[in-house]
Amino acid sequence: MDSRSEVRPLAVLWKGVLLFLLVNLLVAAFPPESGTSVSLYNRLFAGRERLPFGETPAQSYNLSLFDLEAMFASHLIAGGPKPAQEYRVILIGDSSVWGTLLRPEETLAGRLNALNLTLCGREARFYNLGYPSLSLTKDLLLLDAAMRYDPDRIIWLTTLESFPLEVQLTSPLVAHNASRLDALMARYDLPFDPADPALERPSLWERTLIGRRRAIADRFRLQAYGVLWSATGVDQAYPLDYPRAQTELEADLSFHGFRPGELQEADLAFEVLEAGFVAAGDTPVLLVNEPMLISRGENSDLRYNFFYPRWAYDDYRQWLAQRAERLGWDYLDLWDLLPDPVHYTNSAIHLTPQAEAVLAETLVPAISQMPCP
Amino acid sequence: MTLTSILILIGLAACLGLLGRSRWRLLLLLAVSALAVYALQPALPVRFLDFWLPTATLALTVLGWALTAPPEQRLWRTNGPAAAVLAGVVLLLGLTRLFGLDLPAVGRPPRFLPILLAVTAVAVVTFLLVRLGRARRLWLALGIVFLLVLFLLLKSSPLTALVSAWLRTLNGQSAGLASPLDIRWLGFSYLAFRLLHTFRDRQSGRLPPVSLAEYAVYAIFFPALTAGPIDRIERFVADLRHPRPLDSQGWLEAGRRLTLGLFKKFVLADALGLIALSPANALQVHSAGWAWVLLYAYSFQLYFDFAGYTDMAIGLGRLMGIQLPENFNAPYLKPNLTQFWNNWHMTLTQWMRAYVFNPLTRALRSAGRPLPTAVIILAGQVSTMVLIGLWHGVTWNFAFWGLWHAFGLFVHNRWSEWARPRLTAVSVPWRMALQAGGVLLTFHYVTLGWLLFVLPDPATSWRVLSILIGGA
Repeated sequence: MDSRSEVRPLAVLWKGVLLFLLVNLLVAAFPPESGTSVSLYNRLFAGRERLPFGETPAQSYNLSLFDLEAMFASHLIAGGPKPAQEYRVILIGDSSVWGTLLRPEETLAGRLNALNLTLCGREARFYNLGYPSLSLTKDLLLLDAAMRYDPDRIIWLTTLESFPLEVQLTSPLVAHNASRLDALMARYDLPFDPADPALERPSLWERTLIGRRRAIADRFRLQAYGVLWSATGVDQAYPLDYPRAQTELEADLSFHGFRPGELQEADLAFEVLEAGFVAAGDTPVLLVNEPMLISRGENSDLRYNFFYPRWAYDDYRQWLAQRAERLGWDYLDLWDLLPDPVHYTNSAIHLTPQAEAVLAETLVPAISQMPCP
Repeated sequence: MTLTSILILIGLAACLGLLGRSRWRLLLLLAVSALAVYALQPALPVRFLDFWLPTATLALTVLGWALTAPPEQRLWRTNGPAAAVLAGVVLLLGLTRLFGLDLPAVGRPPRFLPILLAVTAVAVVTFLLVRLGRARRLWLALGIVFLLVLFLLLKSSPLTALVSAWLRTLNGQSAGLASPLDIRWLGFSYLAFRLLHTFRDRQSGRLPPVSLAEYAVYAIFFPALTAGPIDRIERFVADLRHPRPLDSQGWLEAGRRLTLGLFKKFVLADALGLIALSPANALQVHSAGWAWVLLYAYSFQLYFDFAGYTDMAIGLGRLMGIQLPENFNAPYLKPNLTQFWNNWHMTLTQWMRAYVFNPLTRALRSAGRPLPTAVIILAGQVSTMVLIGLWHGVTWNFAFWGLWHAFGLFVHNRWSEWARPRLTAVSVPWRMALQAGGVLLTFHYVTLGWLLFVLPDPATSWRVLSILIGGA
């Protein structure tokens, strides 16, 4: 072999390592623009009917990731421009909206779509943008991102557990989207500290390709699971059995460390709720205090359910109703619409498929009465 | 194997390769291979079984050598160091418990006394075996039967569960929790094939004389421990005695195969694994089109997974100067099933041809009343392919998978006989069209066969087949 053309393995190795380091440093120094996401969903694969979330990907063909762009790009709502005949309604909220243990057609959005409503002379299409963690800030993050899809109406379901200030930044979706939160904090003057340790601020190493390998792999896996989502329609693991929502409760009067009388309106993230209404702009928002299980079991004189002592929840309802009235919000308090444990699955806010249908029917008059643009 | 364990093995192989022809190289290779047997063994719920199974691997290897070694190879001076290395690995791992050391990736050993007794017992039996006289043929036959029985116990789920229940009872664990998954003996299948090969070759007088170190390294060579290939001992030992130098060409060859293997396994196969047909998703699929996508994904996942491991094994071997045989040669691009099997898991098919198909067809041909050729071929193919199927597990599905391929091979054999004289004058475009059609047909025949391979029972396979052809 000609010595000039002979390949020297060591030279190949060090050049390869050098190139790899260089690419990593370049990526860390100039991170790729976020805001665009290449996705096979809505092209090769059917768009997902709810945002990606899953802790057992091998069973649910779904996974939790923190890249909002990739999440939205996989959703049905990103399927293309809004059709002229479509009246677009987005549903924001926690796991009860997302539909833990429910198939896509059994969720609130699924039930509302099944009613084939006509709103403002157009065919109403309801999009499930709920996400399974309890934080109004997480809701705001999703609402803000969803506005680009031109909704005609927003239904925001919430519950007290999403309100405490201490839970606002602990939702993984919020914690891993610190730069987006920075923008929201600046825009709406939110009461959070940008240096809060709950927020994940990537170091230089974490911005390299190696440091971001998990996020890159997650984006790839989300695309791969599009095959099984399209092939099976499954996006969640459905266990045959699970522990039912608790009705025998502990004699605990505290709520997030607050004793009766200690919780103040300022301890709850009402500013975030108000920011959501501002973010919605001219799009009408219907705020719903979602139904919950009201226990009749042990210590039910002290607590409504696993989540709430009676005193804290009563205060919250009062504050929310007052604020809604003062600010002129469309507000529905459905807290005791379905009190019986038979309507709930594994949590005091997770409705059964039948109960979701009842909730959908209950919402129809309020949705229909809202003004047309 | 995880990526980390493979990277560690690459480092070890490179170090061993750099030793060149040093006299310590063989013993070090033996020690590393013996340690790898323990390190790669998955943790098991039956107490200490993840220590005893690797120990049994080493014991079977030593006993295999004792049964097959010719008298001139049985000298203590030649084999003592290898015996000391193997015993030393077992005893040192046993001692880690005494000293409270928890080695990463190695199961917690039992108390030292049982280990010492086991090592002594193997040493005594080895001593007796090397002194066997005329009884050696009988013991070789018994050794073959023993390995086949062991195979049956490990590959038949009900029997494996029974063995697990028995072991659990011995250990004072609940027999009610026994499961076939309790006994996952890493590398046993490949070890058994290698040992059976040496036993049969010893019986027929073809086995070359090899030392204990050479025999043991052949049997438990760490790159080929988990997924083959199944080399022949004479070829392997030739490389072991005269390793190819780890020069720049060696580095390049090894690096290329390792990179290719890592890419096939950890990028292609693992990605396809996310969407491949599985018992869990098989009955959730709601359309024929997507069912085909899942089946194709499985077909390629299986290939890239297996071929990737083979590439890594060959690359690791090359680092140490040993050229392991190829196991795959673009099998999905072959125009007929016979060629597919000549290029898919080649070392297994060569083994089965040498020790099942050829002896059986030879015996049938030389039978008192000669049978028609077609019947002899059918009998040979059915027995060989069903045995290959059952090697993966003693289940109806694996048996039917073997029959599916035996049927395909037989049909192709008959078609070739018929078509060969008639297709000689076919024009080039037609020949190319036939070739392309053959590739497509063969690939789909093999891929449909995987329905029996991946799914747990014939009923599920049948239901998925009906989805594939547009049924409910």
